Amino acid sequence: MFRYVLFRLATAVPTLILISMLIFTIIELPPGNYFETYLAEQEALGETVDPAKIEFMKETYGFDKPVVERYFDWVVGMLHGDFGYSFEYELPVTEVIGSRVYLTMLVSFVTIVFTWLVAFPIGVYSATHKYSWGDYGLTFVGLLGLATPNFLLALILMYLANRWFGISIGHLMDQQYLGEPMSWDKFVSILQHLIIPVIVIGTAGTAAMIRRLRANLLDELQKQYVITARAKGVPPFRALVKYPLRMSLNFFIADIGSILPSVISGAEVVAIVLSLETTGPLLIRALKSQDMYLAGSFLMILAVLTVIGVLISDIALTLLDPRIRLSGGRTR
Amino acid sequence: MKSPLPADGEKIGHFVSAAPFDPLSIETLNTEQKDYYLASQKRLMWWKFKLHKVAVGCAIFLGIMYVSVLFSEFLAPYNLNNRHIRHIYQPPQSVHLFHEGEFIGPFVYDTTYGLDMETLKREYPEDRSHIYKLKFFCEGDSYQFWGLFEANRHLFCVDKPGTVFLLGTDRLGRDMLSRIIYGTRISLTIGLIGVAISFVLGLVIGGLAGYYGGWVDLVVQRIIEVLQSIPSIPLWLAIAAIIPVNWSPVLVYFAISIVLALLDWTGLARAVRSKLLSLREEDYVLAAELQGASPQRIIGRHLIPGFMSHLIASATLTIPNMILGETALSFLGLGLRPPVTSWGVLLNEAQNINVVVIYPWLIIPVIPVVLVILAFNFMGDGLRDAADPYS
Repeated sequence: MFRYVLFRLATAVPTLILISMLIFTIIELPPGNYFETYLAEQEALGETVDPAKIEFMKETYGFDKPVVERYFDWVVGMLHGDFGYSFEYELPVTEVIGSRVYLTMLVSFVTIVFTWLVAFPIGVYSATHKYSWGDYGLTFVGLLGLATPNFLLALILMYLANRWFGISIGHLMDQQYLGEPMSWDKFVSILQHLIIPVIVIGTAGTAAMIRRLRANLLDELQKQYVITARAKGVPPFRALVKYPLRMSLNFFIADIGSILPSVISGAEVVAIVLSLETTGPLLIRALKSQDMYLAGSFLMILAVLTVIGVLISDIALTLLDPRIRLSGGRTR
Repeated sequence: MKSPLPADGEKIGHFVSAAPFDPLSIETLNTEQKDYYLASQKRLMWWKFKLHKVAVGCAIFLGIMYVSVLFSEFLAPYNLNNRHIRHIYQPPQSVHLFHEGEFIGPFVYDTTYGLDMETLKREYPEDRSHIYKLKFFCEGDSYQFWGLFEANRHLFCVDKPGTVFLLGTDRLGRDMLSRIIYGTRISLTIGLIGVAISFVLGLVIGGLAGYYGGWVDLVVQRIIEVLQSIPSIPLWLAIAAIIPVNWSPVLVYFAISIVLALLDWTGLARAVRSKLLSLREEDYVLAAELQGASPQRIIGRHLIPGFMSHLIASATLTIPNMILGETALSFLGLGLRPPVTSWGVLLNEAQNINVVVIYPWLIIPVIPVVLVILAFNFMGDGLRDAADPYS
């Protein structure tokens, strides 16, 4: 068990290194840099920029150094908790991102819990009532959820909420709490505003999970041991809960690895549509204005979060499933 | 009791029937069964696919959509960029059949333009005194058909100065229905091109990993893991942000489809790799090897045809992802840019909730997006089931 956890931790390191290289390449690729864009913009506005200031900035942030050296500076800095400097906001990246990362984590976490809470009963119902009207209806709704891109769902929901209830459902908290320290009122306000984004982001993942849970449970229910149990007179509910359901629980945990990246990327796009105070709107601004440290560190943080999430799900799976624990093998 | 065996020294009784031997004398196959056992893989797939009524319906729907792409200019009542300055943000006009209790056939009423002085909202009340009958195959805006010859026939239109905006107009007074029809062209083809690229990438990379194994396999596996563990849309956004602003629309179009393909091949590569690994152990591969077939021939002739149908089915299921990806990118302003018109570009105008509340018809392009994606999903499911003809 301990050896397996160590092994998983060790494999996460090269993954993260590769990710950091990839992200650095992507943010380095565009021709020009923030300063050139900035200079051009200011000139277009008819303003002059002190060249000494630009030179100073370039030197401080190592724009005259070779690419490889800058990459190592960036990675070493991140290991020390220094994510670089946002040129657009003229603030360290940590300060710009700060609370927004926690909000992104909160949204993703609540979404996954929502996904479980909804998918589990529906999946079990569909599997046990195979080919009933309920099953067909739920399958169709699930497919619809899978097919509607979540940002469009956000748009439609916003329109309907505005039309029927006359409320606007954007943002993640009432505006008066913005920038205030955490308090009970603020927390309640965030929870109220969370409902819509969580439904929007969670729909696709929930639909996918219901489909897989149904298929898994159906396979499991046809196995010999369930038939034996039923033949020996075990009541249906117990014959469902005792073993087949436990088997599908494993897969519930294992599935985090595959839904977490899509939940996070969904959260980014939906955040832009609903103007949530999470990382989404900032990320897209940073990408458009070539604010490279901000964009790069953002992507890196999201990727690290995802890798950690997958890691946790893998470790939780070993706790649940003795087969993995004993063989020390890999799940996927 | 007489023993069945003959007495010692005597000959054993022996009988051979003179009638011709028929191996199927006990179990005869009727023609139907014979057809089934002799049918090729493709025919089996087709039979099985036909049973899946929903999938067939979706395939027909998609076929119609793709054919319509060829005739966008003819199907759209107006040209893509034709502006109607007197009809900005006009709501959808409805088609009527009866005028004052009298049957006339499909027609629209004239509209008048007015400004609500309190809300400063443009209003287009119907003017019931004029009616414009819908005409079919009539002459309207002229266009270059396939870039070959000039034409001006449209599926339907009304006499000037009447207008027919079945889905309303946008902020420049352009007909939404026409723009959606033109947008179909871009939105549907970008998925196909993207899938073609990712198909080749997946086949080559997965094939290399599965065939060579060892460290090649290890590296490929790592790369796939990395790509799959990064949230895809932020990464798409980052790559799309690289595309220079001054590229021509056509270049951007291809660049976007490559961006979509670059992150999408991982699933296919995995499927190819695992299939190759398992099929490599089959007896028929060993037989081919013993007969001296080269690795190239074994892969190309024996292995790939074995799971090609599977690959095509799973590729079909990734087309909707591509279409969604393009829509998301364009919607956020990092994908295709006007004057190229795709559904995502159209939805870009509906990004602001205030606009959507006042002019709700701007989110109509959502409908074709959802329909096409649903259809692709159903058809892909049907194909995947059919790819396993003996199950």
